[in-house]
Amino acid sequence: MNSSAALPLLILGSSLLPGLVIFFLPESRVRTRSALNLLGALLKLVLVGVMVWGVFNGTSYETRLPLIPGLDFVLHADALSLLFVTLSSVLWLVTTIYAIGYLEDSPHRSRFFGFFSLCVTATVGVAMAGNLVTFLLFYELLTLATYPLIVHRGTEVARLAGLSYLRYTIAGGALLMIGTVWLYTLCGTLEFTYGGFVHELASASTSRESLVVIFVLLIAGLGVKAALVPLHGWLPQAMVAPAPVSALLHAVAVVKAGAFGIVRVIYDVYGIEFAANLGVTLPLAILAAATIVYASVRALFQDDLKRRLAFSTISQISYITLGVATVGPIAAIGGIVHLVHQGLMKITLFFCAGNLAETLGVHKVSEMDGVAHRMPWTMAAFTLGALGMIGVPPLAGFISKWYLGTGAMAAGQEWIVAVLVGSSVLNAAYFLPIIYAAWFREAKGAWPAEQPRGSAETRWTLLLPPLVTALFALAVGLLASVPFSPLEWAQLIAEREYGR
Amino acid sequence: MEVIITTFPWGVVLILVPLFGALSCFMWPNVARYLALSTAFALVMSVIALAVRLITTGSYRHEIGGWGAPLGIELFADGLSLLMLAATAVVGFAVTVYSIGYFPNRQLLRFLPIWFLLLAALNALFLSGDIFNLYVALELTGLAAVALTAMSGGRAALIAAMRYLFATLVGSMSYLLGVVLIYHSFGSLDFMILAERVEASPATWSALGLMSIGLALKTALFPLHFWLPPAHASAPAPVSAALSGLVVKASFYILLRLWLEVFPAGHSLIPGEFLGALGVCAIFWGGLQALRATRLKLLIAYSTVMQVGYFFLVFPLATVVAWHGVLFLLLSHALAKAAMFLAAGNIIYFAGHDRIVDFDRIAQQLPMTLAAFALAGVCIMGLPPGGGFIAKWLMVQASLESGQWWWAAALILGSLVAAAYVFKVVGHSFTQTTVREKTNVVPVLMEWTALALALASVLLGLVASWPLAWMEIGGVFAGVPAR
Repeated sequence: MNSSAALPLLILGSSLLPGLVIFFLPESRVRTRSALNLLGALLKLVLVGVMVWGVFNGTSYETRLPLIPGLDFVLHADALSLLFVTLSSVLWLVTTIYAIGYLEDSPHRSRFFGFFSLCVTATVGVAMAGNLVTFLLFYELLTLATYPLIVHRGTEVARLAGLSYLRYTIAGGALLMIGTVWLYTLCGTLEFTYGGFVHELASASTSRESLVVIFVLLIAGLGVKAALVPLHGWLPQAMVAPAPVSALLHAVAVVKAGAFGIVRVIYDVYGIEFAANLGVTLPLAILAAATIVYASVRALFQDDLKRRLAFSTISQISYITLGVATVGPIAAIGGIVHLVHQGLMKITLFFCAGNLAETLGVHKVSEMDGVAHRMPWTMAAFTLGALGMIGVPPLAGFISKWYLGTGAMAAGQEWIVAVLVGSSVLNAAYFLPIIYAAWFREAKGAWPAEQPRGSAETRWTLLLPPLVTALFALAVGLLASVPFSPLEWAQLIAEREYGR
Repeated sequence: MEVIITTFPWGVVLILVPLFGALSCFMWPNVARYLALSTAFALVMSVIALAVRLITTGSYRHEIGGWGAPLGIELFADGLSLLMLAATAVVGFAVTVYSIGYFPNRQLLRFLPIWFLLLAALNALFLSGDIFNLYVALELTGLAAVALTAMSGGRAALIAAMRYLFATLVGSMSYLLGVVLIYHSFGSLDFMILAERVEASPATWSALGLMSIGLALKTALFPLHFWLPPAHASAPAPVSAALSGLVVKASFYILLRLWLEVFPAGHSLIPGEFLGALGVCAIFWGGLQALRATRLKLLIAYSTVMQVGYFFLVFPLATVVAWHGVLFLLLSHALAKAAMFLAAGNIIYFAGHDRIVDFDRIAQQLPMTLAAFALAGVCIMGLPPGGGFIAKWLMVQASLESGQWWWAAALILGSLVAAAYVFKVVGHSFTQTTVREKTNVVPVLMEWTALALALASVLLGLVASWPLAWMEIGGVFAGVPAR
């Protein structure tokens, strides 16, 4: 096996192996465990760097192993997978640092970090999957790896949340599997190709109806993880998980895998033109728009900070689906770049929510009056993230919304602009009061459960990650037109998908 | 060296080694455990050697004592036999290792001889090329299995063993009647000769009907499964592992051979659709009962009833892809189910009970055992990368290709039920508890054995292309439609 075939496997292994070793580490070996985690995360980052550099210089990376006769296990690196792989490896490193700080002295850390690494392995696998069956493999693995993280607290609430998560995701996985096998029996291949493979192979004898049904099956299976309304019920419940898990779930792993899958199915399985021709993109765009508005309205009424953020995720993640389902290259850029932008902003917000809960015992929006005076850095990061979500220039969210809006206009679907404006107003309505209360109101009295204070506002392992990701969210907006920026990548991807 | 491997009659070795093991364990009780380990290891090595031989030279026949059919006894090995022999050797090795930790010395000495007798009977069954030898091996398998079931003593175990004995005797009797009818009509017992001579006639129909009913009873196909849950739940854990993992598959294997090689389609009173429909009933009845079960071993036993239902879906589908799927399911189920029962054995050894609601107290002190159960569960519910996923994929593919989508629906719904009962157990193992019970320390080897089997069942999905290629040795599927 030459180096270009080994690299994708190495990238998987850089989180898989530390994870497996960590499972067998005794609870007390804190240093070894942290070192393994960080080493794995750094190594993955380096390897991904090598891969990006290689792809930039024209090397193509592909690992192909036989799975069953006629079907291979394929890992490859195209522009879209690189975008997602890079995002997850960067955020894995940051989240690992955060989790080490967050879970200091709590029980079952070996179990936690073991599954944490498996979860990232599955995500990276989803990103690099070169055909639908490999995608399905890692997609299901992701379900299994995240379940122990969601129930990690071991309370009855956590157990029920875990059950609810499984009900949704395993049923979704089953739908995805039926769709995948059916598609395979019709087309005889499942390889992701630019512009899709269905339109070439689906011969005249194959009815369009069955292709539509398969599309619905696939999107329903992926929509569970991407939390498309009405398949979103598990997400707010999963909030019982520890903050780093929520951060990972919402920004990189589960939700993002669903959205990424939708992008793959529309672009590299069906092909955007053929999908539009089948008439399936408009209903999907309407569903995404409904999700955006509905979840934003629900977010308005949540007093629990993490629940409010959860509904915000449901809303924001659908921007990706919306951008892809709006048939047009400019909106596509907006949707694809939001994969990265939403991740950076949402992970910042969850880190900050975790800091408030861990340091002050603040879990509710109504307890946040004056909290910025006590924790200015955390709230500064939170404010950056929230403003980004609203779409204030020059932050990351603005770029996404700008491209989505102009793309919708260019594609002649003005109603989407109205949805975007409405959603931004709602975003502002549920984020601005928090920011106002935190900075401009006086604290009501003692914090619910304040931890003894050191010299900084909280532990540095908790403070550094949100600051870093907030700066990223600022940078990708400010420097959007610099080479290698997420926006540039998204433009490249959109050109390839539309450029034939 | 290579000449030896490719010409030596490994089939004979596979039957003689466990027989010798049984005898020697009985004769030298002081060193029985070492003899047992070496016997199990020798079995694994012989299967590997047989695999090398089959892969290089194709299927082979061995005439014992130089007397071939129709007079003498012939051994016959092809890819199908290899698959079953491999499963037997691997599960057999694991169970042997496990039993040395599990049983107190006196019980171990009673267990080992019968256990190796069972392995010898199973190997003989998978190596038989004629329907009467199959009967003999089947009867031996059944009797050894009943004896092992009764080992745990106790009222429940004895009642279960008596029921099992009844079922197994009636089953083989019915099969034997079919054999007699066939011999009377066509004058041969050999597969190959029969395949040429058999024609549609009332005698053929009734013979295949009788044989199928007898074998379905022994395989515990719904509604003939009544004997299985009590027997598998009350036997000692390593015995349950062997019963669910191997013994149930022996009778099903004969059914496969009959359908694949002796009787062309349409020669049966019982249409494939009927068997498939019973399979679907088994899937849902077994799944439902597993969901309702409050004891872990009973849950696993009903899970076997359910999985047996999957096996029978092959008869209505009957394409090459479907056969591949079901055979792969046999293999992965053997590993996964044995792992589950061994994990359950660890829990019983540790806590003295297997009440699922009280698992939170146990799980945190036996993480490896719970990991074994969960991993085997991944395989059972057909999630990747477990072997069950590949099997499910192939079977769903076969049913969609042949336009019989309803079998695919049953498969998928069944796997959702399986997920529900697996997570019913796993869900309890993450909850925190402060209650500590009086417990026994589980030998490390027992925990590792369960985990190793479970890992094998999960990783099987990643190397699926090998067993799928082995199945083709000897061209068993030559007469089967491609889609």
